[in-house]
Amino acid sequence: MRNKLYNFVGKNPFWVILICLTFTVLSGIGAQKLEFKNDYRVFFSEENPQLTAFESMQKIYAKSDNVSFVVAPKDGNVFTQQHLSALKDLTKASWQVPYSTRVDSVTNFQYTYAEEDDMIVEDLVMSTKGLTSDKLEKIKQIAISEPLLVNKIISTTGHVSVVNVTVQLPGIDPMVETPEVAKSVRAIQAKFLAENPEMDIYLSGMIMMNTSFGESSISDSSTLIPLMFLVVIVTIGLLLRTITGTISTVLIIIMSIVTTMGLAGWLGFYLTGPSSSAPTMIMTLAVADCIHILTSMFYEMRQGADKRTAIARSIKINLQPIFLTSVTTAIGFLSMNFSDSPPFRDLGNLVAIGVMLAFVFSVTIFPALLTVLPVRVNKQSENKKDIMAKLADFVIAKRKALLPLTSVFIIASVMFIPNNELNDDFVKYFDESVPYRAATDFMQDNLSGMMVVEISVKTGKSSGINDPKYLRSVSDFSDWLRDRPETDHVNTITDTLKRLNKNMHGDDPSWYKLPDSQEMSAQYLLLYEMSLPYGLDLNNQLDVDKSSSRIVATFKNMTSNELINVEQEMIAWFAKHAPQYEVDFASPSLMFAHIGQRNITSMLIGTVFALILISILLGVALKSWRFGLISLLPNLAPAAIAFGLWGILSAQVGLGLSVVIGMTLGIVVDDTVHFLSKYIHARREKNATAEQAVHYAFDNVGRALWITTFVLVAGFTVLAQSSFKMNADMGFLTALTIFIALVVDFLFLPPLLILLDKGKYKSVEHSGVSADAGIPKAIEAL
Amino acid sequence: MLTQKKLMSAIAVLCLTLVSNSSTALTLDEQKGLAISVEAKKRDLGWQDSTSDMQMLLRNKQGQESIREVKMKTLEVVNDGDKSLTIFNKPRDVKGTAFLSFSHPVVSDDQWLFLPALKRVKRISSRNKSGPFMGSEFAFEDLSSFEVEKYTYKYLGEEELNGLTNFKVEQYPVDENSGYTRRIVWLDTKEYRVHKINFYDRKDSLLKTLTFSDYKQYLAKYWRADKQEMVNQQNGKSTVLTWSNYAFKTGLTDNDFNRNSLKRAR
Repeated sequence: MRNKLYNFVGKNPFWVILICLTFTVLSGIGAQKLEFKNDYRVFFSEENPQLTAFESMQKIYAKSDNVSFVVAPKDGNVFTQQHLSALKDLTKASWQVPYSTRVDSVTNFQYTYAEEDDMIVEDLVMSTKGLTSDKLEKIKQIAISEPLLVNKIISTTGHVSVVNVTVQLPGIDPMVETPEVAKSVRAIQAKFLAENPEMDIYLSGMIMMNTSFGESSISDSSTLIPLMFLVVIVTIGLLLRTITGTISTVLIIIMSIVTTMGLAGWLGFYLTGPSSSAPTMIMTLAVADCIHILTSMFYEMRQGADKRTAIARSIKINLQPIFLTSVTTAIGFLSMNFSDSPPFRDLGNLVAIGVMLAFVFSVTIFPALLTVLPVRVNKQSENKKDIMAKLADFVIAKRKALLPLTSVFIIASVMFIPNNELNDDFVKYFDESVPYRAATDFMQDNLSGMMVVEISVKTGKSSGINDPKYLRSVSDFSDWLRDRPETDHVNTITDTLKRLNKNMHGDDPSWYKLPDSQEMSAQYLLLYEMSLPYGLDLNNQLDVDKSSSRIVATFKNMTSNELINVEQEMIAWFAKHAPQYEVDFASPSLMFAHIGQRNITSMLIGTVFALILISILLGVALKSWRFGLISLLPNLAPAAIAFGLWGILSAQVGLGLSVVIGMTLGIVVDDTVHFLSKYIHARREKNATAEQAVHYAFDNVGRALWITTFVLVAGFTVLAQSSFKMNADMGFLTALTIFIALVVDFLFLPPLLILLDKGKYKSVEHSGVSADAGIPKAIEAL
Repeated sequence: MLTQKKLMSAIAVLCLTLVSNSSTALTLDEQKGLAISVEAKKRDLGWQDSTSDMQMLLRNKQGQESIREVKMKTLEVVNDGDKSLTIFNKPRDVKGTAFLSFSHPVVSDDQWLFLPALKRVKRISSRNKSGPFMGSEFAFEDLSSFEVEKYTYKYLGEEELNGLTNFKVEQYPVDENSGYTRRIVWLDTKEYRVHKINFYDRKDSLLKTLTFSDYKQYLAKYWRADKQEMVNQQNGKSTVLTWSNYAFKTGLTDNDFNRNSLKRAR
């Protein structure tokens, strides 16, 4: 079969090239159908309970996608005639933002006050003409003492203000709608800056976050992919010194990516932040196959074989190992299907497809290309092999010290794993170079955080919210929430009712309290609603039947666990003080807070599945269950060590990192496979001792292993440069894991083999027990 | 404050007069649009006063429903906006609340509200008539009387609707506090009854669609639709108004439309 494959390829290279290229082009056409989804909601599956809760809340009240203009006058005072006038213009311009349904600013705040028996409702800043310093001071005092505004629309000292635009996307074509809004608000921002050079203005909010997902990925693909090509060309060019080999490899890579992304288009995939890193990953993984084939081919040619024979032999030697490593890698990536977050399922499936395609291309069109293109063998001194031999000598000589040392290092690293904390802070998905991140950090430092929780308190009764008991509960809850140190702002209908009660009693401050009857509250609201302008109504706080109201709490930045704790405490508060009401909690912040937890659990199941499958495959391939079991240790240790180191370095584990174990498993297995198969070969066929077999393995695959590891580490390090932190961290941790895997295979596995695999081959009894003893350790390492 | 307002209204009226007198500046379509609107108003003059009951059915995207009931009394005022008294009946906690409004074509309306819970009449000073009426998809400006001066016009053409030939007229609100940039109104060519209105928000996107149905004729002259359905095209919410017990020329006078009448209204 192996011979037949190259016989055909070698005889009909042009046909093979033609067929492969046709397949690539036909598939590639599908790439036109690929679109990028600009929406944080893609991170959640349809059955995600937090997403369901949030969507139902949005249907009951109003949708809350938004854009925030954060305005900061350089002189630190919003309340000047000039600055208020600029804010008023900005407010007016904001109404022109596509799909905008509401604009909240300090100038259009509906200020209510009493004048004898008149009740006046008007914009807080009606006209900016002739504002005296007294009037400006009065406006400032009203604004910074208004609970609806302070810490949300205006900072406590009045130095930063926000114009918040609520946007209701029709959702017919999100790929067009979000960029449309972003374009419009950026134009407004640019105009504002041009007209008001003495003020800074930043853009934040959900729409800008969604926009950044798309833009980060696009900027990634225009920088990271070329960078990755450069890495590939330099690596192969320098290490293998072949122009034809480099060109052919680059072609295989391009074909693997184009075909995969094309098929993705035909299959109806869409792109998201995580899945847009698929090309970089496929590129990295595809290189390994080519390197193995090229290395063997050049080895044969240097041994004196002609090109065709060399290619045929190389394919014969490599077909099975490459197939096996491709399958294990694919299984590792397919384990991402257990993820709770669809973009990671897509990423896993895309890379799995890409890896298998790369395998197919590297045993068909790749040898065909090498057959038709001229290949010149460079007479290269094989001193690299000496380095490997020296390393083998060193490892064998120092094994008594290396094994305890590496074991201690592994255990010490594992001990730091609990340091890691689940945290999905979607603001930190972007690095500081992304304007959205900078704007949101600025907003957090000067005004309020981005952590928002919406709380719907339901009575189940028509007009139920006007019940004084209900209002008391909501007000008490809001007060309790405000007293907590992590709370920045609480938006509640009870504040409005208290203010109206005061207005209805001649602005007497002692009447700033809840109305004491159902009728009074209902009638105040009726009055108030009739006096509000378009877009500033109460529909975002009250449902259509006035049976429930929504409280919106804004918190300082905190970790997912802290937010979940706050949620638990809020649930406990209602259970204790107002158990009669049904209360729902929902928001994007909560969705992200919970997804890490859900995803880790499901990914662990997925990883275990992948591990079992891969171990069975290894057992079959190595024709030994014992070695299959021993291989568990070097296969699992790298991820364990990497997560331990991460626990020291950063300790923040989000969605992106929770898939790393499964993903790297399939890759690190490759090194073990190559090393073990050579070791076993020596033990079985050549009757070598464990020491000799280790030496043999180093001599034979040491070089190929470090070259492929170098390419893989380089590739994932390139991904680590992404401005999309989720991908960057994923890339970094994967690179780290793969690097550690090589170290483990070179320094830990050989001493372990020598220790466990004593005596003659087939002395199964003794070492079998020892191998079993390794399993619990391996499971702990998980 | 009040004098300032009067002055403003005087200026506004003056401006409007100047504009309408210089009708030579209007294009043909603008003239025709204006003419249709003048004719529509003319056909609905002379009913003096009316009373009616109105039920509102509010529906949100989730399918949740809610009902409101009010009684309306209206007094026709020649050369100004009509006077109206709205008495709330449902939900129960606003029962007896009464809202008196003297609408004006271009300046802010005069508005008073009687709150039974407070037992007091409050004058409300607000330029806003674009907010939701009782949380519905109707703004107060959608419910107030049609006055020619409230808009400028442009005739768009004729169109078939509900088996009738309709004029299609675009209207641009004069009041800068209106929630709309424009409305497109379909009136049948025979009776000048409004069948459909499209409302465009401040950024000129379609916001709401109002359809009129079940027209009945009163006093052999005045057409009233028993049913009006407003659908918000942006948020999926809707409101259906059902009118009943229409009565005209019931003998209401100015005395039924002042502060004191509010307290005894029911």
